[in-house]
Amino acid sequence: MQALWGMVQETWRFYRKTLNLVFTGSKEYFLWCSFLLCIMLVGFFFYTKQVQEGLIVTNMRDQVAWGLYIANFTYLVGVAAAAVLLVVPAYIYQFGPIKEIVVLGELFAASSIVMALLFVFVDLGRLDRFWHMLPFIGSMNFPSSLLAWDVIFLNGYLFLNLVIPIYLLVMMYYGKEPNKKFIVPLILISIPWAVGIHTVTAFLYNGLSARPFWNASILAPRFLASAFCSGPAIIIIIFQIIREYTHIKIEDRALFKIAQLMSYAMFLNLFLLTSEMFKEYYSNTMHIASFKYLYEGLHGHNFLVPWIWVAMVLNFMAFFIFLLPTTRNHLSTLNLGCFFIIAGIWIEKGPGFIIPGFVPDPLGEIYEYIPNLTELMVSFGIWATGFLIFTLMMKVAIPITSGKFSHSEYEKEVKAVKTS
Amino acid sequence: MIFFLLGISVTALAKEAREEFPVPPPPFTEGIFPCSNCHASMELNQKKRALSEHTQIRLHHAETLRWCLDCHDATKRDKLRLYNGDLINFTESHRLCGECHGNVYKDWKAGLHGKRSGYFTGSGKRTYLLCVHCHDSHSPKFKQIKPESPPYTPKDKRNAK
Amino acid sequence: MRNKTFTRREFIHNLSFAALSGLSLSLLSSCSKEQREDFLQKHFLEMTPDEKRALVTRFEEKYLRKYNKNFRVSVQEAIPNTLWGYGLDLSRCIGCRKCVYACVEENNSSRINPQSQWIRVIRLKKGSLINLEDSEHYYDPANVPEKDFMYMPVQCQHCENPPCVKVCPVHATWKEPDGLVVVDYNWCIGCRYCIAACPYRGRLFNWRDPNVPSESWNLSVHYLGNRPRMKNVVDKCTFCIQRVRSGRYPACVEACPTGSRKFGNLLDPNSEIRYIIERKRTFRLKEDLHTEPKFYYFFEA
Repeated sequence: MQALWGMVQETWRFYRKTLNLVFTGSKEYFLWCSFLLCIMLVGFFFYTKQVQEGLIVTNMRDQVAWGLYIANFTYLVGVAAAAVLLVVPAYIYQFGPIKEIVVLGELFAASSIVMALLFVFVDLGRLDRFWHMLPFIGSMNFPSSLLAWDVIFLNGYLFLNLVIPIYLLVMMYYGKEPNKKFIVPLILISIPWAVGIHTVTAFLYNGLSARPFWNASILAPRFLASAFCSGPAIIIIIFQIIREYTHIKIEDRALFKIAQLMSYAMFLNLFLLTSEMFKEYYSNTMHIASFKYLYEGLHGHNFLVPWIWVAMVLNFMAFFIFLLPTTRNHLSTLNLGCFFIIAGIWIEKGPGFIIPGFVPDPLGEIYEYIPNLTELMVSFGIWATGFLIFTLMMKVAIPITSGKFSHSEYEKEVKAVKTS
Repeated sequence: MIFFLLGISVTALAKEAREEFPVPPPPFTEGIFPCSNCHASMELNQKKRALSEHTQIRLHHAETLRWCLDCHDATKRDKLRLYNGDLINFTESHRLCGECHGNVYKDWKAGLHGKRSGYFTGSGKRTYLLCVHCHDSHSPKFKQIKPESPPYTPKDKRNAK
Repeated sequence: MRNKTFTRREFIHNLSFAALSGLSLSLLSSCSKEQREDFLQKHFLEMTPDEKRALVTRFEEKYLRKYNKNFRVSVQEAIPNTLWGYGLDLSRCIGCRKCVYACVEENNSSRINPQSQWIRVIRLKKGSLINLEDSEHYYDPANVPEKDFMYMPVQCQHCENPPCVKVCPVHATWKEPDGLVVVDYNWCIGCRYCIAACPYRGRLFNWRDPNVPSESWNLSVHYLGNRPRMKNVVDKCTFCIQRVRSGRYPACVEACPTGSRKFGNLLDPNSEIRYIIERKRTFRLKEDLHTEPKFYYFFEA
C-alpha cells in the first residue's frame, strides 16, 4: 500500500516536472509555440468546415481524387523512414557522434508518422467510421488491400519509434543501463520496418493497374532513395537548431556523416529518375501522357511544369553540393543543400507524384487540380501540429539525455530541501 | 406422286417455319386503315408516278428501284405483298422488311434487335415491337436528334458550392 | 528498481486506458440512439436475415423522417445461377445521353451542386479503335450523331477481377454472387482508394450531400443500390440492382432510343447477351488489365 502510494506520488511529481519543463522556456520558445498553435487553430477551423460540408470544400474531384493531403502523407512517410539512417550508424556501426542523438532522431520519426497519419485522417471522408479499419473489430481487408498493410506498418513503426526512445529515456532518467535483451531486438526490427513502411506506401500506388504513371516497378526503389535524401536533410537542419538553443552537444562529424550517406541516396534517386524518363520518352507509348503533363504540359494544362523543373534544378544542385566534400563538409553550403533537397523532394514526391497519376483520368479527361485555401490551411495546421509535438518532446527529452532531468537529481533536490 | 408428296412437305414445312411474334398493333395514322374503304371503289392504275393523294408520305427507301405497289398489293390494299407474291397482314410486316434486311431480321426474331423495355426474364415475356414502331417504312433513315446536356465540368459553379 | 519502472509504466498505461474508455463511454452515451445505431452498424455481409429486416425498418423510418417519403428498401439477394452481362452496340449509339439522365432519375443521383452521373458518354474520332486520349466528354452539338465521330458510353464494368474490391481497406465494396460489384454506403470510410484503382471511371464520390428534388425521388430502392446516399462516401452503377433482381431491364437499357443497350444473364444460353457474344464481334475495354469486365462492346454496321 505504501509502495503504491509512493508510486503515485512519484508519477505525479514526474508529470509536474514535465509540465514545468514544457511551460517554462525562453521567449523564442514561447513565440515559436504560440506561432504553431495559431496555425493549428486556423487549420482546425478549416477542417471543421470540411467535416460539415463535405470534401467539396477542397479542390479534389472524381477526376483527381487525391490531392495535397495524400501528397504530404507520401512525403512524410518517407521522412519518417529516414530515421533509420541514424539508427544504422548508431547501433550497428557504433558510430559515437550519432549515438548521442539517435533517440532524438527516433522521436523525430515518431512526429513524422503522427503527421502522416493526421494527413490520412483529414483526407478520409468518414473519419467517424475509422473503427471499420481495425482488424477483428472492424473488417480490415488484409492482405488484399495495401492500405490495410499501411495501417499496420505505420502504426507499428509509430509504436516502435515511441517505445524505443521512451524506454531509453526512462532508463536515462533512472540512471540505469537499458536492458539490451529487450531493446536491441526492437532496434534491429525498426531498421527493416522503416524500409517496410515506405515500401508498403510505394506498393499502395504501384499496384494500381489503372494508373500507368504509378504502375512502374521502379516506384518502390525511387521512394526509398528520395526518402533517404529528404528525411535526413530535415534532421540535419533540426539538430543544428537544437544545438543552438540547448546545451546538447552534437558534433559536426555526425551531421557530415549523415550528409555522406545522403549523397548515395541522392545519386540513386537521380539515376532512377533518368531511367524512368528514358523508358517513357524512348518507348513513347500513350502512357507517356502523365509524364508529359508533369514535365511539358498536356493540351494546354501546365500548372505543374514550372514546379517540377524547379524541383529538378534544386535536386541536381543539392546532389552536387552533397557530392563534393568541400561543399558537404561546410555547414553553410550543407544547409543550403539541405533546404534545396527538402523543397525539391517535396515537390517531386508530393504534388509532382500524386497529381500526374490522375491526369489524364482513365477515360482521357484532364482536370487540372490546384489545391485551394482550405487544403493549404489544413496542411499547414498538420505540419504545425507535428512540429509542436516534436518541440514539446524535445523539451522533455533533451534534459533527460543530457542528464539535467533525472530521478537521482530530483532525489538530490528533495534531500537538499529536507536538510535545509 | 413423289413430286406431290414433296410439294406438300415443302409447303407444310414453310407453314411451320412461320413463327408468331406478339407485337402491338401497327402505328397507323388515324382513319387510314382499312385501306379498302377507299380503294375498293377506285380504279387501278399501276403506272409508276407521283401520287396526288398520300402526299404526306415521302418515299425515300430504295425509291429508284421500286415504288408503292412493290410492297403494297395492288388489288388487296389491306395486305402487303412479299417478293414471291404471298400476301401478309400489316401485323406481320416484319416478314416483308426481313426479306431485304435478313441479318437484322434474324436478330429481331431472337428478341435482340431494337429497343428493350420491361422484363427480360421472369414474369414478363420478351416484348417485341414491329419494325415500323421505330422505323418509318417509307423514309427509314433516322433523323438526328438533339442530345441531352453535357455533364458539368468539375470546375463548373453548378458542380461545386 | 526495475520492477518499479515496469509497474509504474503499467500504471500509466492503465490510467490512460481508463481515461480513454471513460471518455468514449461518455461520448457514446451523449449521442442519440440513431447516431449510436448508425455508428455501431455491422457489416452488411455479417448480418443475419433478422438483422437485415431490422435494418430495412430502421432505414425506412429514417428516410421517412428525413425526406418525408415512404421508401421501400429491399435487401433482395442475388438470384441463383445468374451472372449479369451487358452489351453495347457501338454502331448504333448516337451519343444522345438519354441513358445518362434515365440513370440519374432511377438511381436518385444528385442533380446539381453537385452533379453525379454514373454513366459517362465519350465521343471518339473514327479511325482509331478506342483512343481514350483523344476522347471528348463535354461535346454539345446541336444534333447527334455527328459525322466522323462515334460515341461510347462507359459506366462501372462490374469486373470479374475488380481492382476496386481488391484495394478497399474495409471491405465496403464487394462482388455479389450474381457478379454485381456493390458498395455498402454505411460501411465506406471515404478513402477513395477504389476511385484511384478503377481503370474505367466507374466509381464516383459524393463530395457533399446529394441534391435530389423532392418530387423526383424513386421510392423503390435497394440497400446496396439506389437508396439515398450521404456525403463523403463512394457510389457507382449497380446495373440497377433494384430492377434486375426482379427481371426488369436496367433504366439505361430501357431509355436507349436506338436499342444500343442489351442486357442479360451470361449463364443463360438463351439470353440476349449470350446471343451477342456468340454471333457478334465483341470486345471489352482495357482487356490487357485482366479485370474481366462484363460490359461487352460490339459493332454491327
